[in-house]
Amino acid sequence: MSSVIENHHDDHHHGPAKGITRWLYTTNHKDIGTLYLWFSFAMFLIGGAMAMVIRAELFSPGMQIVEPEFYNQMITLHGLIMIFGGVMPAFVGLANWLVPMMIGAPDMALPRMNNLSFWILPFAFFILLSSLFMEGGAPNFGWTFYAPLSTTYAPPSVTFFIFSVHIMGASSIMGSINVVVTIMNMRAPGVGLMKMPLFVWSWLITAYLLIAVMPVLAGAVTMMLMDIHFGTSFFNAAGGGDPVLFQHIFWFFGHPEVYIMILPAFGIVSHIIETFSRKPLFGYASMVWAMLSIAILSFVVWAHHMFTVGMPLAAEIFFMWATMLIAVPTGVKVFNWVATMFRGSITFETPMLFACAFVVLFTIGGLSGLMLAIVPADFQYHDTYFVVAHFHYVLVPGAIFSIMAAVYYWIPKWSGNMYDERLGKLHFWLSFIGVNVTFFPQHFIGLAGMPRRYPDYALQFADWNMVSSVGAFLFGFSQLLFLFIVIKTVMGGKKATDQVWEGAKGLEWTVASPAPYHTFSTPPKVD
Amino acid sequence: MFLNFFKYLNKKILFVILFITAPLINADWFALNMTRGITDISNEVFELHMLIFWICVVIGVLVFGVMFYSMYAHTRKKNPVPATFDDNHKLEIAWTIIPFLILIAMAIPASKTLIKMYDDTAGDINIQVTGYQWKWQYRYLEDDVSFFSNLATDWDEINNLVPKGENYLQEVDEMVVIPTGKKVRFLITANDVIHSWWMPAFAIKQDAIPGFVNTAWTKVDVPGIYRGKCTELCGKNHGFMPIVVKVVEQDEYEEWVEIKKEEAQKLAELTTKEWTTEELVSRGQSVYEVNCVACHQTNGQGITGIFPALVGSDIVLNDKERNIEILMEGVQGAAMNSFSYLSEVEIASVITYTRQSWGNGEKGDGEVVVPKDVVDYKEPKI
Repeated sequence: MSSVIENHHDDHHHGPAKGITRWLYTTNHKDIGTLYLWFSFAMFLIGGAMAMVIRAELFSPGMQIVEPEFYNQMITLHGLIMIFGGVMPAFVGLANWLVPMMIGAPDMALPRMNNLSFWILPFAFFILLSSLFMEGGAPNFGWTFYAPLSTTYAPPSVTFFIFSVHIMGASSIMGSINVVVTIMNMRAPGVGLMKMPLFVWSWLITAYLLIAVMPVLAGAVTMMLMDIHFGTSFFNAAGGGDPVLFQHIFWFFGHPEVYIMILPAFGIVSHIIETFSRKPLFGYASMVWAMLSIAILSFVVWAHHMFTVGMPLAAEIFFMWATMLIAVPTGVKVFNWVATMFRGSITFETPMLFACAFVVLFTIGGLSGLMLAIVPADFQYHDTYFVVAHFHYVLVPGAIFSIMAAVYYWIPKWSGNMYDERLGKLHFWLSFIGVNVTFFPQHFIGLAGMPRRYPDYALQFADWNMVSSVGAFLFGFSQLLFLFIVIKTVMGGKKATDQVWEGAKGLEWTVASPAPYHTFSTPPKVD
Repeated sequence: MFLNFFKYLNKKILFVILFITAPLINADWFALNMTRGITDISNEVFELHMLIFWICVVIGVLVFGVMFYSMYAHTRKKNPVPATFDDNHKLEIAWTIIPFLILIAMAIPASKTLIKMYDDTAGDINIQVTGYQWKWQYRYLEDDVSFFSNLATDWDEINNLVPKGENYLQEVDEMVVIPTGKKVRFLITANDVIHSWWMPAFAIKQDAIPGFVNTAWTKVDVPGIYRGKCTELCGKNHGFMPIVVKVVEQDEYEEWVEIKKEEAQKLAELTTKEWTTEELVSRGQSVYEVNCVACHQTNGQGITGIFPALVGSDIVLNDKERNIEILMEGVQGAAMNSFSYLSEVEIASVITYTRQSWGNGEKGDGEVVVPKDVVDYKEPKI
């Protein structure tokens, strides 16, 4: 692949605007990508601060620093902010930056909608966070907001929560429509579907998942709104409704949502492992098929989150078998990554360290997920810290490590400067140790019998909870180092070459570093 | 003055450290795994858990083994010229098919155990379990015995004011009692929000859902006391509604049932007794502390915005009829549920308590509610 940047003839009236309006009015995919990434970083720090409150309370038995009521608000907001404010916008930011550059397009297909889909997000989270200061406090029913705890028994701020979820949903839907339209219509000549970089593939699939399930979430919260304010009884048993219906609807959204948060990570890690192994990615086609299978299967496994609600035997068995089936394509992906590294010529720069940790720790999370699929055993695991350990293993060293890896990998291209490799490695090791010390003991706590969402616990869980809290503080404060590294890199540093990484492949490495404001105004030539 | 401050600070720090570290003496560094159950089913579940666990360990060792080997042996230093292969169809087919077969090998025993667990035929003893915010009610359907089971741990222990006892947060005021060797079926439901009844030793975890009745069963052969917890977020005291089951021999069980029946009899007699205000208030206070305090607070002030204050409330001051009605029917669309499951004595006394306490007695009409009033309320209205 080779290309030339041919936009110099009209550079003079296509630079960024000056001042704040550059960011408010921007329709440039790179600016919007930057906005998304900084926004998600801010949310990651806020959600992380809430995690610190949670772990501080759980440091030892007894109620020390918060009331149970406030504790529930913390777990709820921590979950919502990390998922909808941290991980998802970070991936959308990466998609904005990378998808057009990877497929040789000048920008996203729908730039004005792109601006809108970002700029409504801060309002959604402003509303959500402002509920902390409302009478009755913030939402306190967990990020899964099961009815009727989230309807009849909810604090008044639930209405603001519903509005905020609607806005987030609208933002996600617009963002994903944009991604689909861009990928389908704006690929440079020669970039066939099966020639697209895997990150683009992963986002194409993710975008379809989002378009399919965000309206379902919107439906669920709208029904809640009706139950709360307009006298309906969708989820109220006393009025002939069905509280379990809520869970079915929620998890029909919720399970694909889980893959929405991991598929782009698969794409990122594939690129990084390929680059630093200096060897072609093993099994490109099977990677694509595996992601498609995972996405399709994600629509028929939702009730494995609800094995204890009292479903008929046949349903339990169906959802158990379907869930276990997901292990096959997921396994294929892991094997492909390992095979890519095999007999490569590997170096361990920071992005590669994060990617390797991703493969190992995500696999651990995947294996505990397999254990959770076994219904009889799930009766013992369900809603304990074993589940907390499981999904944090796939989300923190899974999704979040992949985002950090992506930042280290592409930031030279974004900023034109190399990050400080020594600090990057330090950040990696602190995070790696922190994450394992935090979440590995939670497997023990859960198996020993501690339920999740407990502000206080029996004495036999005291030791590992303390270890977990220490790990959480280490992990949490290490992220301030990440913030420092990112700012330092943006401000200056060793200039990056256009290629940046010797083993890197793809159109984004053919443009200058930092990437010019407009790239590929005329399509590159791809063989 | 300054020195004094430090002395105080040191003492306080010492105190805090003592409180934080004291539980570690009771803690168990070796509580790493699921505990083996005490019934056939829960043992089977444990075996299943260990089987999958070891399969996962073997898979992990193999995959990470190859990966770590590559990370060690295929670095740029040791292998400067990378290989160029990017697929291998035989290998890819193998690592699709083999995991598939392993999964089937795991799913078959899992399905078998599940089928056994799903026997929902009637038990020798049938107990209705109802989740409330934040306690459990048990009704023995054959014997007409019914009671509530509340957390017995003192709030002073939770708030770190006194040392924590051995069964901190795992003790209740009244245990569920079941006999050995009998099939006991639990019919699990809820009164307000969703709860979940978990007894790890029996491998039972069933959600308690308002409007639904879920079933679970067990047959225990080993007498003993078994402890479990609520496992579905149900509001602020979700962590404070434990479950304790006491398994005893059959004759001991029968004795216990007789005692419970007598207690119920005595309670019924109380309804017709002549009550003084003082008696009602003192009885009402204990009812209040168990049932009302979580929301309306000890001082009757509630929590602004969620739980209304009883102090100075118009209904509590002057509207005796509405007061009874609210306790019996609950308030539609609010967290206040019907408390009609309490006895007439309990309802009358707790209303009287709230009407007389916190200065309400002087401000309002001060009328006393007696059990007879509640009985009258329950009479069918023509």
